[in-house]
Amino acid sequence: MTSLVLLDFEGSEIKQPSRSAVAAALKLGEVHVLVAGHGIDAAATAASQLAGVTKVHKADSPVYDHSLAEPLADLLVSMAGHHDHLLAASTATGKNVMPRVAALLDVQPISDIAEVIDADTFIRPIYAGNAMATVKSSDAKKVITVRAASFDPVEATGGSAVIEDVAATAASTMSKFVSAELSKSERPELTAARIVVSGGRGMQNGDNFKLIDPIADKLGAAVGASRAAVDAGFVPNDYQVGQTGKIVAPDLYVAIGISGAIQHLAGMKDSKVIVAINKDEDAPIFQVADYGLVQDLFTALPELKAELEKA
Amino acid sequence: MKILVPVKRVVDYNVKVRVKADGTGVETSGVKMSMNPFDEISIEEAVRLKEKGVATEVIAVSMGVAACAETIRTALAMGADRGILVESAVELQPLAVAKLMKALVDKEQPQLVILGKQAIDDDMNATGQMLAALLGWPQGTFASKIEISGDGISVTREIDGGLETLALTLPAIVTSDLRLNEPRYASLPNIMKARKKPIETMKPEDLGVDPTPRLTLVSVAEPPKRQAGKKVGSVAELVSKLRTEAKVI
Ligand SMILES: Cc1cc2nc3c(=O)[nH]c(=O)nc-3n(C[C@H](O)[C@H](O)[C@H](O)COP(=O)(O)OP(=O)(O)OC[C@H]3O[C@@H](n4cnc5c(N)ncnc54)[C@H](O)[C@@H]3O)c2cc1C
Ligand SMILES: Cc1cc2nc3c(=O)[nH]c(=O)nc-3n(C[C@H](O)[C@H](O)[C@H](O)COP(=O)(O)OP(=O)(O)OC[C@H]3O[C@@H](n4cnc5c(N)ncnc54)[C@H](O)[C@@H]3O)c2cc1C
Repeated sequence: MTSLVLLDFEGSEIKQPSRSAVAAALKLGEVHVLVAGHGIDAAATAASQLAGVTKVHKADSPVYDHSLAEPLADLLVSMAGHHDHLLAASTATGKNVMPRVAALLDVQPISDIAEVIDADTFIRPIYAGNAMATVKSSDAKKVITVRAASFDPVEATGGSAVIEDVAATAASTMSKFVSAELSKSERPELTAARIVVSGGRGMQNGDNFKLIDPIADKLGAAVGASRAAVDAGFVPNDYQVGQTGKIVAPDLYVAIGISGAIQHLAGMKDSKVIVAINKDEDAPIFQVADYGLVQDLFTALPELKAELEKA
Repeated sequence: MKILVPVKRVVDYNVKVRVKADGTGVETSGVKMSMNPFDEISIEEAVRLKEKGVATEVIAVSMGVAACAETIRTALAMGADRGILVESAVELQPLAVAKLMKALVDKEQPQLVILGKQAIDDDMNATGQMLAALLGWPQGTFASKIEISGDGISVTREIDGGLETLALTLPAIVTSDLRLNEPRYASLPNIMKARKKPIETMKPEDLGVDPTPRLTLVSVAEPPKRQAGKKVGSVAELVSKLRTEAKVI
């Protein structure tokens, strides 16, 4: 039984969520991976070193620049004959492409799996993670997206897979990339960070997030936010943690001025240690926090910065 | 230009769902149901396009039990012109919904279908992409802004690292993200007016679609519960606990 995992990468780095998707695929049997893009030698080499991977399919063509869903889905469909399971991490690209692949193959996709039971059976969260459904697919092929936070990523090195070129499919005449506005940050990515510090509506404005910055820097943490903070324009949209934002499960999650709505909890309640700082002692976030501090964040954050600097 | 908007009836987002004791599903009887919040956003966007004179007609579609008609009424009260209810006793999974939608698109010939990026019950995040595939149309998923000009549509998408803008040819599929707009509340006069708007009812067979589910639900379980931890008295105590007890910093 062979799986094919579509990888997200940047330069020579295979993204951590994709390494988690490989880990999920390894539970099913042999794993091949697909790197698609233009000028991707470095990524293909990096992919060949992923622990456990036996073959890298490399589709090097301008057609796959910007990971447009239409040509990428066609490519995956063209390769489906040789693979029983087609997987990708539940990233923006995976979520965009995989259901399209599934429909082209007349298959019901299985989104965001958190556990592999056997080749047909998977556990996935429903209702914002308030219930875990065990589902069994009757389709001959399985098209799957993987909740990265639920699988430990495979090592980036140790493998020695062969690299094989695959022929490019036709360019999309229906969709064209125009532009991107990417938030620049020296910090780790939210879905890969060991520590995440998030601010909510309690931060009051975007400027006040500067109180979080030195703390995040000191801890090597990524900065996240609640939907309320994003909707209010305090921080960019890609900071949103939650049911409809990013799902994270870091070693440490610090929630500052966040009440703990179910939609927010859905995105972070699998974190190993949760800290909440909130001035309302009845805030629901305290029901999931390992350590709760009832204090005004405007006094707590400067103190926290000073305390961390004490070494 | 016609716009088709599928609207799903889901457990209201304020309800904390409970897993049934026998593990066969979640408790939905007696629970408040509402329109999937993302679908309110889609209806709002379609109605705004009509108000701007870009769209000529907005059709709201819902699929499932007869009570989905209420969800359609809500869409009509927000400004949609008419509704289509596809009544099915069988549970409809995204592939079936996408096939039914394709049959409706073939019939109604819209230039644009706006779906929600995900339904908040099953969180599949799949139906729009699947409909695009079945129709051979381009897709602009997770949209935070759309602009129609001539025979094309520009879609700004919320992606992992920020925003991305694509140019798609029409007809096209768009799935709405949270920041696309803020949906209006239906006014009382509009709720009254909505009662007179037509809703056509049909069955999957009428559309030539076999809705048999491909995924079977083996069981549903509670996720592992987190225990509330302790309160700390000061920042210094917090940092010390994180260093020496939790050992995470
Ligand atoms: C369809 C849908 C999808 C959603 N998806 C998401 C999602 O993915 N992620 C998400 O986060 N939300 C999501 N939400 C929104 C969610 O329901 C909540 O509205 C949101 O999480 C609230 O954000 P908050 O906790 O920052 O704000 P609030 O609930 O307003 O809480 C602010 C908190 O800050 C505290 N506070 C205020 N001032 C201070 C101070 N000076 N010091 C200390 N504490 C202070 C308050 O006590 C309060 O607890 C979604 C909602 C819907 C309907
Ligand atoms: C094994 C299993 C068991 C399930 N059990 C239950 C259950 O007990 N009770 C229950 O209520 N649901 C249940 N569901 C969910 C139900 O089948 C979902 O409608 C279906 O899976 C679609 O997923 P989604 O709505 O998350 O799709 P998404 O792809 O997340 O939906 C995106 C968009 O598609 C459109 N859409 C999707 N479905 C409809 C629809 N029916 N009508 C109109 N528009 C629609 C909307 O625009 C929506 O915003 C179950 C699903 C599975 C797989």
